[in-house]
Amino acid sequence: MATPSAKAQAPVMTDLNGQTLVCLRTLTESQPAALATYIKLGGYQSLKRIVTEKTKATDIITEVKISGLRGRGGAGFPTGLKWSFMPRYFDGVKYLVCNTDEGEPGTFKDRDIIRYNPHQLIEGMTIAAYTLGARVGYNYIHGEIWQDYETFEAALMEAKAAGYLGENLFGTNFSFDLYAVHGYGAYICGEETALIESIEGKKGQPRFKPPFPASYGVFGRPTNVNNTESYASIPWIMQHGGAAFADLGVPNSGGSKLFSVSGHVEKPGNYEVKMGTPFVDLLAMAGGVWHGRKLKAVIPGGPSTAVVPASIMEATSMDYDSLSKARTSLGAGSMIVMDDSTCMVKTLHRLSYFFYEESCGQCTPCREGTGWVYRVLDRIVKGQGKMEDLDLLTDISKNISGRTICALGEAAATPVISFIKHFRAEFEYYIEHGKSMVESRAEQG
Amino acid sequence: MLSPQITEKIDYELTKYPAEQSQAAVMSALRIVQTERGWLSNESMSEVAQYLGMPEIAVMEVASFYNMYDLAPVGKYKISVCTNISCMLRNSDEIVDHLKHKLGVEFNQVSEDGKFCLKEGECMGACGGAPLMIINNHTMHEFLTPAKVDAILDELK
Repeated sequence: MATPSAKAQAPVMTDLNGQTLVCLRTLTESQPAALATYIKLGGYQSLKRIVTEKTKATDIITEVKISGLRGRGGAGFPTGLKWSFMPRYFDGVKYLVCNTDEGEPGTFKDRDIIRYNPHQLIEGMTIAAYTLGARVGYNYIHGEIWQDYETFEAALMEAKAAGYLGENLFGTNFSFDLYAVHGYGAYICGEETALIESIEGKKGQPRFKPPFPASYGVFGRPTNVNNTESYASIPWIMQHGGAAFADLGVPNSGGSKLFSVSGHVEKPGNYEVKMGTPFVDLLAMAGGVWHGRKLKAVIPGGPSTAVVPASIMEATSMDYDSLSKARTSLGAGSMIVMDDSTCMVKTLHRLSYFFYEESCGQCTPCREGTGWVYRVLDRIVKGQGKMEDLDLLTDISKNISGRTICALGEAAATPVISFIKHFRAEFEYYIEHGKSMVESRAEQG
Repeated sequence: MLSPQITEKIDYELTKYPAEQSQAAVMSALRIVQTERGWLSNESMSEVAQYLGMPEIAVMEVASFYNMYDLAPVGKYKISVCTNISCMLRNSDEIVDHLKHKLGVEFNQVSEDGKFCLKEGECMGACGGAPLMIINNHTMHEFLTPAKVDAILDELK
């Protein structure tokens, strides 16, 4: 089941009505990653049409704006708007970068795109390159998924040999070279400017913004950075129209979305559903809470989004606005499900270690603050906590937030603040008794 | 000296970047050297620096920043187990305990026969297959159980 092309553990790829959606549409086929499979589904036809008919770049950007596509890496910034920031005229090479560096716990959707539908990503990036005038592209892939990196490199070779990448595509003067590059174990490289530093062969420490990558990116050249799922949605949008994509979702959240469901569910995996799908339906697709247990809490978009107790989550739908109303966010769609046996203190303790370990060390509030938070939680878990530690944790976190170059500061602060806010009694019990409330309950039967 | 097998692979990586940006290939070069030699000694990093025409300290900065590079020997097989939240919720602790017991090591230790090293990994971006581990940075094993871990270890000679 670890082989890249195996479908044994393939995620479910349809919505509740059994309809095949966008980014994982090849999964209904026996050889999902093969070029022939993608061609059969109409793949590379949009690219050919655009390049040979010399479609105007502004028309493509307009279509992407109509689609309502928002950055799928977590920030949710409108993709069409981002594209319009790239300078049209620039004397020299412009770059296109794809962010497949999934390192936020619970996030594994882009992995399935590069191993099950790599050609749709290649076509999406090539259409973007045509639109933005980029000559060279890089897909930066998370270090630990080496087998999937190789699958993607093989797909690049295949696309090049078939004339979908490289010099003078379809006999026109449009050329685009696309390469795979790999990370080697640094969460911070999911931040776009850290990722750019890493492509350049440096430590992945985020740059000050501005200047934004659109004016100063890879090797100091104008660069457009998007998430894998964002690029992979482009061919579908060009094939079926921006309006059709927008109609899949709900207002302000166009299209479909991949949700990586992990934790306490019967069938963890990726589920591609329409934006606005009720949380309870998504949970049901993932087989519900495992072992017939009760739902306790959900982190809907990865640990950098606030944890939500079951009762609120069960009344929520999976789209930007609904989750914002639930005082959390969609993030990258990395839904971590926790059943009623979960100790929230120990869970936060583990997350705090992650942010401490992965802080790049550049900004003092994050470098020192994440370590401080971890050490306080560590003493609570070891039974040496004090009641005032809870306010201290919140206070440190609020002082990290907003005082750093990149968003890792906010990402580290959010779980601390939200866990303590929603599950304060559990933290108080742990401090008072020196042990976990849920584990004590389980022992008492 | 870097072997021809190594330089051939580094040269392929260099084709991805503009000629004057050879430093960009340092991440790949370090991976390739580590895969060939097991870990990155100061000498190995110096050789990479020389080959790519960049300062040694810049190579060291990269090698020490990214956690999949090993700056000390890690035995024949480095086993990195993810213990982050999605794996933790699916009992990665049980896998870690099993590995520690079976190999007779704690995290960051090499087994007495020099064969295995156990590392605690951070999120590997494959949480749907939790709990999971990677061997020598290249081979991922998902949906682990103690029995499955035994079967995998038996294959590693």
